[in-house]
Amino acid sequence: MQERYPLAFKLYPYQRSVDQDAITPARHKVIIVGGGPVGLACALDLGRQGIAVLVLDDHEGIGQGSRAICFSKRTLEIADRYGCARPMLEKGVVWNVGKVFQGDHQVFSFNLLAESGHKYPAFINLQQPYFEKYLFDQIVKEQAKGAPIEIRGKNRLDAVEVKADHTVLSITTPDGPYELEANWLIGCDGAGSPLRGMLGLGFEGREFQDSFLIADIKMPASTFPTERWFWFEPWFKSGASTLLHKQPDDIWRVDFQIGWDVDRTEELKEENIRKRLDAMLGPEADYELVWSSIYTFQCRRMKDFRTGRVIFAGDAAHQVSPFGARGANSGVQDVDNLGWKLGLVLRGQAPESLLDTYNEERIHGADENILNSSRATDFISPKSKISHIFRNAVLELAAHHPFARALVNSGRLSLPCVYDGLSLNGTDALEGGPACARVGSACADAPVAGGYLLESLGGDFVMLTINAGAPENVEADGIVARRLALKTADDPSGALAARYLGTAQSAVYLIRPDQHIAARWDQFDAAALRAALLKACGKAKK
Amino acid sequence: MSQLITTPHFASPDEFYASLIAVHEGLTEVESAAFNARLLLVLANHIGNAEVLGEALKIAASPR
Repeated sequence: MQERYPLAFKLYPYQRSVDQDAITPARHKVIIVGGGPVGLACALDLGRQGIAVLVLDDHEGIGQGSRAICFSKRTLEIADRYGCARPMLEKGVVWNVGKVFQGDHQVFSFNLLAESGHKYPAFINLQQPYFEKYLFDQIVKEQAKGAPIEIRGKNRLDAVEVKADHTVLSITTPDGPYELEANWLIGCDGAGSPLRGMLGLGFEGREFQDSFLIADIKMPASTFPTERWFWFEPWFKSGASTLLHKQPDDIWRVDFQIGWDVDRTEELKEENIRKRLDAMLGPEADYELVWSSIYTFQCRRMKDFRTGRVIFAGDAAHQVSPFGARGANSGVQDVDNLGWKLGLVLRGQAPESLLDTYNEERIHGADENILNSSRATDFISPKSKISHIFRNAVLELAAHHPFARALVNSGRLSLPCVYDGLSLNGTDALEGGPACARVGSACADAPVAGGYLLESLGGDFVMLTINAGAPENVEADGIVARRLALKTADDPSGALAARYLGTAQSAVYLIRPDQHIAARWDQFDAAALRAALLKACGKAKK
Repeated sequence: MSQLITTPHFASPDEFYASLIAVHEGLTEVESAAFNARLLLVLANHIGNAEVLGEALKIAASPR
C-alpha cells in the first residue's frame, strides 16, 4: 500500500485482525473512516460512552505538517470533557493580541481577552499532529479503562455497499482485502473524502481563485511577540497578504497570498520560499524551514450530512477557508453534537430521527462558518477592482477612525454557533435572562466553588438551578437530567449571574450533553422540564 | 450641535460590507462609480446636517 504522506507519529501499526479470517464479514456497531482529528475525537466520544467503535485509517499514524494550528476555547472545553485538554494547554501557545498592518504601518491591534472567568483561553496555537496525538493518548487511557475503541492502521476503504440497516465495506490491507459490515458508518475522511465519492454524494460551493504558500519556520532567537500579525499588501512584497503566527517549539507559521496562476513546483523550491522570507525578515534572519505547502481553498458543504446509516463529519462534510480557524474546530463541534445523539439511539433511548437533528444543527453551523469565512476571504483577496478599492479605503480609514475597524476582516475567529430556532429547542421562558445563554447557545463557562461550571456539567443532561428549588433528578422515558444546584454566591466574581441570570432573580436551565442550552425558565416546573427533556431527545410529538 | 460619528456604529458590519460588494458585482468601472455617487447622495440627504457632512468630506479627503 502506497503512503500518501510521511508520518509525524507512528501510532497504530498494521496488525492482522481476526475479522480478516472470518467466513462471513464481521458486523460492527460503529465504524469510523479516517483517523484524523475528527475521527479520533468521534471514537473517543463514543468509546467513553461504552459504545464499541472501530476506526479504519489507511496510514499507521498521524501525518506530518502543522496544518490546523489554531484551536478555540470551545474545542478546549470539549477536549476537557474528553480528558485531553490539559496537554493541549501545556504545549499550546496562548495568544490574545492581533495586529493588522497595511504596507509598512500598523492599522490597529485587537485583544481577544475580553472576559475573565473561563477555564480556557479564547485560542491556543498548536500543531495539528500534537492535537491528534493527545486525542490518541486519551484513547489509549480510555482503552485501559475498558472503552471499546479499536484503531486499525493500513486498512483502506475501497468500496461501500449501502443496505437498508447497514453498510458492507471492502477493505484493503497489506495482507490483502477483506469485508466488514457496519450498522453505522461515520465518514471523517477529510475534504477529499473517498467515502463521499464512493457514494456519489455532491460537495457544492465556491472555489476561491487564489493560492497561499505556507512556510513553517523555526526561529529560536526570534524576538517577535506571541501575537497574530496580518499584513495587507505588505511593504516587503512577499505576497498580496501575509500572516505571521507563533506555534510551539519556536516555530512560526507564515502564510503568503501568492495569487492564482502560480507554478507550484517552482514556488515550493526552498530557494524561492527563502526569497519571500528574507524579504520579510531581513537578509540576516536565521531560520530553518520546517514544512511548506501550497493551498487553494473552497467554501462548500454536502447537501446532507446524514444519508440513512452513513453520517459525515468534519472536512468530509464541509470545507471552509482557513481564515477564522473554522475547520478543525467545527469538526470537533460536529462530533460533540453527534456523539450523545448516536449514543441515545444506539441505547434505544431515542428514535433514529434524532440523528436528523445532527444534520439540521451542524448544517446551520457549517453555513455560518462558510458565510464568515467567505466574507473574510473576499476581504483578504478582493475579486474585482472596485472590491479592492473599497477594501483599501476601509484599511486607510481604519488607521485613524475606529468605525472602519469593524469592517476590517482578516478572519472572524470561530465561536460556537447558536442553534437558534431549531427542532430540539424547548421553551425560552426566563424573563431578563441574558441573550448569551438563550436556548440553543453553548454554555459559557463561569467560575464556581472549587472549579468551573463546564467541568461540573460533564457530558450528561443537566438541570442547572440558580437560586431555585428542584428535586435532585428529572426523568422522562428513562433519560435522566441530574441537578446541579448553584447560588449567586457560588461565584463571588459575578460572572455566573451575569452569564445566566441577567436581571432575573433565579433560573432553571436544561442543558444537553453537548452543553448547549435546551430550555430555560425562572422556576422549576416538573411537567415543563420533562417535556423539554423529551423534545431535546427528538421525542416531541410533531 | 451635531457631530460625525466615527466610532463603530454598524449594526452588522460584515453583512453590510458583503452586500455593498455584492451590489457592484458585474458592473463596469463607470457603472460602479455612478452607483457610488448615487449611494453617497442618498446617504448625504439622510444626514442632512451641513456640519456633519462637512466633517465627513474632510475625513474622506485625507483619511490619515
